[in-house]
Amino acid sequence: MKSICFYFQIHQPFRLKTYRFFDIGNDHYYYDDFANDDIITRIAQRSYLPANQMLLDMIKENGKKFKVAFSISGTALEQLEQYVPEFIDSMKELADTGCVEFLSETYAHSLSSLVDPEEFISQIKSHDEKIYQLFGQRPKVFRNTELIYDDDIASIVASLGFKGAITEGAKHILGWKSPNYLYKAASAPKLKLLLKNSKLSDDIAFRFSNPEWSAYPLTADKYIDWISALPEEEMLINLFMNYETFGELQPRESGIFEFMKALPRFAAQHNIEFMTPGEVVSKMKPVGELSVMHPISWADEARDTSAWMGNILQEEAVNKLYCLSERIQLIQDKRIRQDWNYLQASDHFYYMSTKHSSDGSVHSHYSPYDSPYSAFTNYMNVLSDFLIRVREQFPEEIENEELNALLLTIRNQEKEIEELNREVELMRNNIVKDTTGDFVPNIEEAEQVVEAESKPKKAPAKKSTAKKTATKKSTSSKTAAKKK
Amino acid sequence: MKALMFGWEFPPHILGGLGTASFGLTKGMAQCGDMDITFVIPKPWGDEPKDFARIIGANTTPVAWRDVNWDYVEGRIGKVLDPQTYYDLRDHIYSDFNYMNTNDLGCIEFSGRYPDNLLEEINNYSIVAGVIARTIDCDVIHSHDWLTYPAGIHAKQVTGKPLVIHVHATDFDRSRGKVNPTVFNIEKDGMNNADHIITVSNLTRKTVIEKYGISPDKVTTVHNAVEPLSQELLDLEVPPKHEKVVTFLGRITMQKGPEYFVDAAWQVLQKVHNVQFVMAGSGDMMEKMIRLAARRHIAGRFHFTGFLKGKQVYEMLKASDVYIMPSVSEPFGISPLEAMQMGVPSIISKQSGCAEILNNVIKVDYWDTNAIADAIYSIIKYPGMYKQLREQGLEEVNQITWDRAGAKVIDIYKRLINR
Repeated sequence: MKSICFYFQIHQPFRLKTYRFFDIGNDHYYYDDFANDDIITRIAQRSYLPANQMLLDMIKENGKKFKVAFSISGTALEQLEQYVPEFIDSMKELADTGCVEFLSETYAHSLSSLVDPEEFISQIKSHDEKIYQLFGQRPKVFRNTELIYDDDIASIVASLGFKGAITEGAKHILGWKSPNYLYKAASAPKLKLLLKNSKLSDDIAFRFSNPEWSAYPLTADKYIDWISALPEEEMLINLFMNYETFGELQPRESGIFEFMKALPRFAAQHNIEFMTPGEVVSKMKPVGELSVMHPISWADEARDTSAWMGNILQEEAVNKLYCLSERIQLIQDKRIRQDWNYLQASDHFYYMSTKHSSDGSVHSHYSPYDSPYSAFTNYMNVLSDFLIRVREQFPEEIENEELNALLLTIRNQEKEIEELNREVELMRNNIVKDTTGDFVPNIEEAEQVVEAESKPKKAPAKKSTAKKTATKKSTSSKTAAKKK
Repeated sequence: MKALMFGWEFPPHILGGLGTASFGLTKGMAQCGDMDITFVIPKPWGDEPKDFARIIGANTTPVAWRDVNWDYVEGRIGKVLDPQTYYDLRDHIYSDFNYMNTNDLGCIEFSGRYPDNLLEEINNYSIVAGVIARTIDCDVIHSHDWLTYPAGIHAKQVTGKPLVIHVHATDFDRSRGKVNPTVFNIEKDGMNNADHIITVSNLTRKTVIEKYGISPDKVTTVHNAVEPLSQELLDLEVPPKHEKVVTFLGRITMQKGPEYFVDAAWQVLQKVHNVQFVMAGSGDMMEKMIRLAARRHIAGRFHFTGFLKGKQVYEMLKASDVYIMPSVSEPFGISPLEAMQMGVPSIISKQSGCAEILNNVIKVDYWDTNAIADAIYSIIKYPGMYKQLREQGLEEVNQITWDRAGAKVIDIYKRLINR
């Protein structure tokens, strides 16, 4: 029995406003609110919301046999919460059907997996926390930014307890192998790998409404026939695409929604079921290992990471950003941590790509800038200001390690002070207890009593504090009165 | 294939970009093979390169019969012309031009520059073209820029061969809209009589079609290219400097947009102090620019070098961190390509023809001084920007070679001849 595994990606970056060098050091707000609002609202109206409705209908119609997975970046969630809150509600409704699984990814849709493992881990955690808060699910399968993947990433992901990961079925990795199987990572055999079937995914995402395409028009009937015609042993068809496919990339009038709605019926006829990635990794067994030495992704013809880190501009921007990483871990300031997240979105680096071939035209299509050079300039101006703010938090001359040590000392001292405060309170209470007697308190004596008392009896003493503090006010006023 | 070209300048004695482009194209065409090019200029000096084309001077072409012996001719003009050619030309004098101001060899004198009596010189040039066209066998006639259009038309009438005119600039570029009617008429006449028109950019092509009312299918763009620089120039050494240098290099005239450069410089200097701005060149707006810089209180950071020539240009580029050309209207604009050859990141206006073929430069609207300032700041502050533009620019400009342009021109010739 074959299974179709759908996963949809939703991501929007916080686009930067035009940030001139004059603004460096003066203006600490970096985002183009108008564009961000405009774009996400437009896409949500045209695509996300109707597509959610479509999925909801499909799940209802097919008695929960239809299942999908989502990967939504933290930055997209924030924008949706802010600008299209009805989407979050609709997503919750989908989550409640039990047929929708949420995948893990980096909060900022960042490239941290390639440059900064610690930051990578911390972002995965904060993303999954966000998903839990909103939808009540703990993701079990990991999907990296733009499906970036290699052996090192696999090890980290496995160490975090994920059972599976999703990546691209890149031809140069697979060779003769088919993406239509479950694999496992060579560097972490416990981590199962789901590979995108590029051909079938792109048939929907990119070619569906193209009249030049030989298979145009694509019908659900035909599409399921293709899948069913695959060799018997190829059991797993991973269809991964951007959620904008529905309604935005393929406009509503192309019939994309009707195509999707018809899929389950034809699938059922051919005995094909739908599974989420989580079900796949728990039910299916991997057929072999995959080793990926150099990072792959789902972008461009080369399926590598050169779209984000392929030229000197991108290298400089990435390096300049991530050299702040350690320092930022020490900073508690919320605004700074938020900007740190937003500035990491891979999109900023994508806009700086100088690939001029056919890939280049795709790049420029998505970029708000007229050239990679202006993208770089704007980003670097923003980053320069961010750098100033980070430096303002702590003097630059202090090394990270030294700073870390100092901060540790401060935190330890804070703890110690807290501890001492508690002791003092305890003492006071004891004194209060003593002073309920008829003699004027002798501080030295009381201290000795407290010391002797607090060491062996810490636990019971704690329990009684609540009661005692409640009476404290009245008793202390009594003592005061007595003193007079 | 035999081509008869009419030009006004030829290296090394050049006054502007026209000579460089004419030479580059001729050389590029010769490299494509099977080309026999005769290049006519008003006044050769004798040190022009002759490997790619035969040079004939209008000032050594007789229009009136003089009985002079070989030795005399050899002694007078042997340096620039083979005496036999002189006699061949003399055999083809088609009318008696003794009423004109001719010299001992029966030739008209030319300045070869852009004198006040330019129109008279253009007219004389076309008289001489009649003799040359009758003497030199050719398959196609090619006129470079408006000064030589009348000569081209004349040669076409004499020989019946197809005429190609090469528009290196139009009067709309030179005058920023205030067109000289005489020049316009000469240009228009040339375009009407031409069998095909080559423009140096799509920008110019658009001007030719829209302003001169020429049918689009008669106009083809062949972008200019650059000659590779000699090792000597690439290896030029300049004294070490401690400040960033931003350079504007070209005529300081309205067409080149110098005031936008000053404004952008002022903006940058509000934020960064260790930058010097250089305005290299001369022109009718130079004094105005000096006053403008002074009024903006940035004169101390501004340097006016005056006109640079030859090696000085490359020394200036070598010492620069940023090259900038904010031209209001530039048919092509070859100097950013030279800056790129020297590894200098360049900022050019979108209103320049060369912007159509360059990717690894920063393109801005000439009036958008904010964008110009941002670009300057980015290049001098962010090493990645400098490096990317420098390396990629160099790689890109090395691909822009004259033989490719030459091949396109030869294609056009073939189409015309086989028509």
